[in-house]
Amino acid sequence: MSQETTPASTQPQLDPSDAKIISIKGMHKWFGDFHVLKDIDLEVARSERIVICGPSGSGKSTLIRCINRLEEHQQGSIIVDGTELTQDLKNIEIIRSEVGMVFQQFNLFPHLTVLDNVTLAPIWVRKLPRAEAQEQAMQYLERVKIPEQAAKYPGQLSGGQQQRVAIARSLCMNPRIMLFDEPTSALDPEMIKEVLDVMIELAESGMTMLVVTHEMGFATAVAHRVIFMDGGEIIEEKPPKEFFENPEHERTKLFLSQILHH
Amino acid sequence: MSESSHYAPGSHPDLPPPTRTTGIVGWVRGNLLSSPLNVALTLLSIWLLWTILPPAIHWLFTEAVWTAKDRKECWALMDAPRDAGCWAFIRGSFELFVYGWYPDPERWRVNLTFILFIAAIFGGLREKIPGKKYWLIFAAAYPFIAAWLLLGGFGLEPVSTNKLGGILLTLVVAVTGIAFSLPLGIALALGRRSNLPALRGICVIFIEFIRGVPLITLLFVASTMLTYFLPPGSTFDLLMRVLIMVTLFGSAYIAEVVRGGLQGLSAGQYEAADSLGLSYWRAHQLVILPQALKISIPGIVNTFIGSFKDSVLVLIIGMMDILGLGRARLNDPDWLGLAPELYIFISLFFFINCFSMSRYSLSLEKKLHTGH
Repeated sequence: MSQETTPASTQPQLDPSDAKIISIKGMHKWFGDFHVLKDIDLEVARSERIVICGPSGSGKSTLIRCINRLEEHQQGSIIVDGTELTQDLKNIEIIRSEVGMVFQQFNLFPHLTVLDNVTLAPIWVRKLPRAEAQEQAMQYLERVKIPEQAAKYPGQLSGGQQQRVAIARSLCMNPRIMLFDEPTSALDPEMIKEVLDVMIELAESGMTMLVVTHEMGFATAVAHRVIFMDGGEIIEEKPPKEFFENPEHERTKLFLSQILHH
Repeated sequence: MSESSHYAPGSHPDLPPPTRTTGIVGWVRGNLLSSPLNVALTLLSIWLLWTILPPAIHWLFTEAVWTAKDRKECWALMDAPRDAGCWAFIRGSFELFVYGWYPDPERWRVNLTFILFIAAIFGGLREKIPGKKYWLIFAAAYPFIAAWLLLGGFGLEPVSTNKLGGILLTLVVAVTGIAFSLPLGIALALGRRSNLPALRGICVIFIEFIRGVPLITLLFVASTMLTYFLPPGSTFDLLMRVLIMVTLFGSAYIAEVVRGGLQGLSAGQYEAADSLGLSYWRAHQLVILPQALKISIPGIVNTFIGSFKDSVLVLIIGMMDILGLGRARLNDPDWLGLAPELYIFISLFFFINCFSMSRYSLSLEKKLHTGH
């Protein structure tokens, strides 16, 4: 991990001796006959922030969805914070309660108020008393800057507000890892910044983050590594500055030229 | 008009809509008189109401006889025999229609069952009511309380199920079918979407078999065939068998309606619940079923209304529900030929019940709508 290439101000020092929090080895996945992930090797250190990009259908969403077992891998191993993902449902539930996920379509629960959305898992999974869960929920809603919307239903909020509630909902479980699956792709342009600001603030607090996104400004500002995927393989991985200025692979160059000059 | 168009950009105020499109005048113009065809249809409707309503009111209310001991007395009280309705027939038969052959000194138990039924419905469905939790427990326990009150035992005089009849029997069949088919139907719907092949197979076979056989056939099975399958010498009450069949029949339809609701949810809802670490049952209890059942309300209530009306089919296997008992009463020499009064009364009974369910479902949908 070369720390020199990234802006020092936003980078907590990564301890190379620290155990890897995510360790993926020789992982393959198929959808029916379609080989969607091919021989993935990826190690993520604590507090490391990784941006994953690539053309649509490259398997980047599927990769992070394997980490909390929304998708099942068929070969190789995935170890998250010391627990291997297997068929064991108990292990899966443990890992899911340690790994937060933010979706492109927010996926808030429309029949519950914002506050109930955010307190649901702490109350039922962590068994927190309701009052304590609500107090903690309000702190996280403050952190994503929408405490005043707590009593509303998700359908009454804008897309950007909904996505910030979704982030707060994940944070309330005190996750060790946050996965973001194209968190700004479904947002109107004027709302992207409010969500990215929350994510940058989260990055500065030392959260381990894997972010699938095409927001290259975000990648430059906070990522330790950018991973480029195509056709189900990791093609290239580098610190952001090198990745943007000096991509090696032809497919990476093509992809960057397509997303940067439109 | 030209003056009102001189607003600086960004300063145009909200103006009220043109008067002709709102209010009563707007409604009449828009709905009744919007085209020559509509004008003609409006006039035709007025003429039809004018010709039909007065005689109907005359027959049903103003000239109808409310008190008489038999039909001859009814005719005598009218300008011309059979000129109007003889509601004395319904009044004279009312106790029979409500209680069937339930023994006279025990009828307070039926009344108490009705009162508790209304309390259970009201307390269970009202959202803001003190002690909501206890009302729900009471509503869930109600079917068992009702069974004890009606059939006796445990300190009450036992009453045989063949003493039940009329509205009492109709409500017992309909309410049991409705109350038990919902939880069973939800379980079948979840089973049909299960990842366990054996469970899924059983649910699919059950649902498809029950839906593929007419209810009347199942009732005949209940009344005749089941005795062959039961151990010799055992008696299994006919009413109980009918209730089981009606419940199974309703649950297969509810299962398919709820399955539709489950499939109407986006995969993202399941994924969000999973990603938060909620277990299968917690996810369904807190996230999936509240939404799926809300989507399914129209279909569920439609099935309930169907179940309620299908309860009259028990008369085919000789049980005297309100329709069976009423038809038997038509053969009484005192009240021969009073079929219109009987069927108007029975229709009204079913209509009030079914229409109430329909209205309640509409208000529930409105209440559960959270704006999106």
